[in-house]
Amino acid sequence: MPLPIEIVLFLFLLSTAIAIARLEDLFAAAMLTGIFSLLSAGLFTIMDAVDVAFTEAAVGAGVATVFILCTLSLTAKREYQQPTKVLPFIVVGITGAALIYGTLDMPAYGDPDAVTHRHLSAKFIEIEERAMFSQNEHAVESARHGNEEKAVGLPNIVTSILASYRGYDTFGEVTVIFTATIGVMLLLRGRRHKKSFTSQSRSDGNDVVKEQPMRMREKIILRVVSKAFIPFIFMFALYVQFHGDFGPGGGFQAGVIFAAGIILYGVIFGLDTMRSAVPERVLVYGIISGLILYGGVGIVSLLSGANFLDYDILDTHNPAHGQHLGILLVELGVGITVTCAMTTIFYGLAGRGKQ
Amino acid sequence: MVAVLEILSWTCLVVGPILCIIGGIGLLRLPDFYARTHAAGITDTLGAGLIILGLILQAGFSLVMVKLIFIIIFMLLINPGATHGLAKAAYAQGVKVESEEEELDAATD
Amino acid sequence: MHWLGLWHYWAVIILMMIGLYILIARDNLVKKVMGLSIFQVSVIMFYVSIAKIEGGTAPIIPESGNQLVYSNPLPHVLMLTAIVVGISTTALALALIVRIQEAYGTVEDGELNEIDGHSP
Repeated sequence: MPLPIEIVLFLFLLSTAIAIARLEDLFAAAMLTGIFSLLSAGLFTIMDAVDVAFTEAAVGAGVATVFILCTLSLTAKREYQQPTKVLPFIVVGITGAALIYGTLDMPAYGDPDAVTHRHLSAKFIEIEERAMFSQNEHAVESARHGNEEKAVGLPNIVTSILASYRGYDTFGEVTVIFTATIGVMLLLRGRRHKKSFTSQSRSDGNDVVKEQPMRMREKIILRVVSKAFIPFIFMFALYVQFHGDFGPGGGFQAGVIFAAGIILYGVIFGLDTMRSAVPERVLVYGIISGLILYGGVGIVSLLSGANFLDYDILDTHNPAHGQHLGILLVELGVGITVTCAMTTIFYGLAGRGKQ
Repeated sequence: MVAVLEILSWTCLVVGPILCIIGGIGLLRLPDFYARTHAAGITDTLGAGLIILGLILQAGFSLVMVKLIFIIIFMLLINPGATHGLAKAAYAQGVKVESEEEELDAATD
Repeated sequence: MHWLGLWHYWAVIILMMIGLYILIARDNLVKKVMGLSIFQVSVIMFYVSIAKIEGGTAPIIPESGNQLVYSNPLPHVLMLTAIVVGISTTALALALIVRIQEAYGTVEDGELNEIDGHSP
C-alpha cells in the first residue's frame, strides 16, 4: 500500500526532472538538480535508507550544486535552442519499455520473502544482533564461535558492513576519489594558455553585468552569519564522523560537510583568504595521508600475521575492540581524504576564472 | 496536560504547511524577484518553524527535542541570511524592481 | 495483482528515462552532466527500493533489546559507494568541460563537431 507521501514525492521528482529537461536557463537547471537530490534524499529516508539519504543530501544538494555552478560561471549561462528531435524519444521509449518488461519478474516492493534478503544480509544482521544483545563480556567471542564470520558489535549495521565486512570495496572507493581529484588537479591547476577562450567570448545578450566582486564592507550580514556558523558546521562534521558507529553517518558524510564549511568560507571571504587559511599543499598532504591511513591499517594487520584489513589483530586481547579501533581509523582516513578532495576540486573549478 | 500538548502540536503541524502553501502561491504569483523573496521568507521562518515547533511538542523531553531545538535555531538564523545573500546578488546584477511608483511619478508630473 | 506492487520500480524507471533523454537529446555538455546525475540518482533509488522490507526500519540496532525487522543493509552499503563514485566522475566531467570551453570557445555539441570538422 503506497504511502501518500511517497506518491507526492515521486510526483515532485517527476516534475523537477521534466523542468530540468525543458529549461534553457542553466543556472535554474543547476538549482533544480540540487532540489532533485534533496527530494530523493527525503524519499530514501522513507525507504529506511538513512545513511544513503544523508550522503545524497550532503553530496547532491551540497557540493555537486556548487561544482556545477562554478562550471557554469566559466562556460555558457544559457543553452542554445534546439529543434525537438524524435529519435531520442524513440530510444528512450524502447529502453524504458524493455526495463519495465524486465521488472515484471521481480518481487513486489517491500516483500519480506524476496531472495535479496536471504543469505548474506540475513547472516550479517543475525551476527550483529547476537553480538549486541548478549550481556557477558565475551559476547562477541561467543557470536564468533558459531560462524566463521567475525562479529563487529556496532549498532549501525551499515557502517560495520561498509568498513569491516566490505572493507576492500571502501578502500577502492577512497582510491576512486583520490584518482578523480588527481585528474581534476591535472586538468585545472596549470595556468591558462594565452590563446584560450573565456566565457566572455560568447555574447550572451546581457553583457552589461558588472564584473567587480563585492567589497567586504558591503557584505556585513553575510560575513557575520557565516562567521557565527562555520564553527558549528565543523563541529557537526566531527560529530557525524565519530558518531557513524551509532547512527547514520561515517567518514564520507563528515568529509563532505567539512568541505562544505570550507567552501562557504571561501565563497563569502574570497578565494585568496581561503587559500591563505587552507593552503593547497595542506590539502594535497591530506588527500595522500587519508589514503595511506586506510592502507596502513591493512598493512599493519598484514605484518601482524592476519589478512589485509583484518582488524582483529589490532587488539589481540579483545578482537571486538580491534574491530572498533580499525573502523575508527579507517573512517578517519576516508573523512580526511574526502574533505581535502572536495576542497581541492573547488579550488580547481573556482580558481580558474581570474587568471 | 497531555491533551493540551497534543492539540497545540497538531495546530502547529496544520498551520505550518498552510503557511508554506501560502508562501508557494506567493512565489508563483508575485510580480518581481524582490517581492518573491518576501514570500520565500514566510516559508523559511514561520512555515518551517511552526512545523518543527509542532514536532518538538510531539517529541516530549528527549534527545530528539534538543536536536530539533538546534535545528530551529540554525534554520531561523541561516535561511534569512541566505535569502539576504540572494537579494544582494540580484541587486548587484542589476535586477530591477517592478513597481507602480514609476507610473505614479509619470502620472503626477 | 502482482503488478500493483511493482509501481515503485516503474516510477524510478520513468525518472531514469528522463535522465537518459536529457543525456542524449541535449547538446550543451553541462546539461548532459545534469541529466547524468539525474540518471545516477534514480539508479540508486532503484537499488534502495529493492532493499526495503514492509514494516521494517532503518538498519540500526537500538539500545533496547527489541527484535525488530530491519531493512536490508547490503544495498545501502553498495549505494554509498555508488554515490561517491558518481560525484567523483561528475567532478572530473566538469573539469573536462571547463578545459573544452577554454580550448574551443563553446560547450555545445553541434558547434564542437563543426569546429572539429565532423558532420553534426
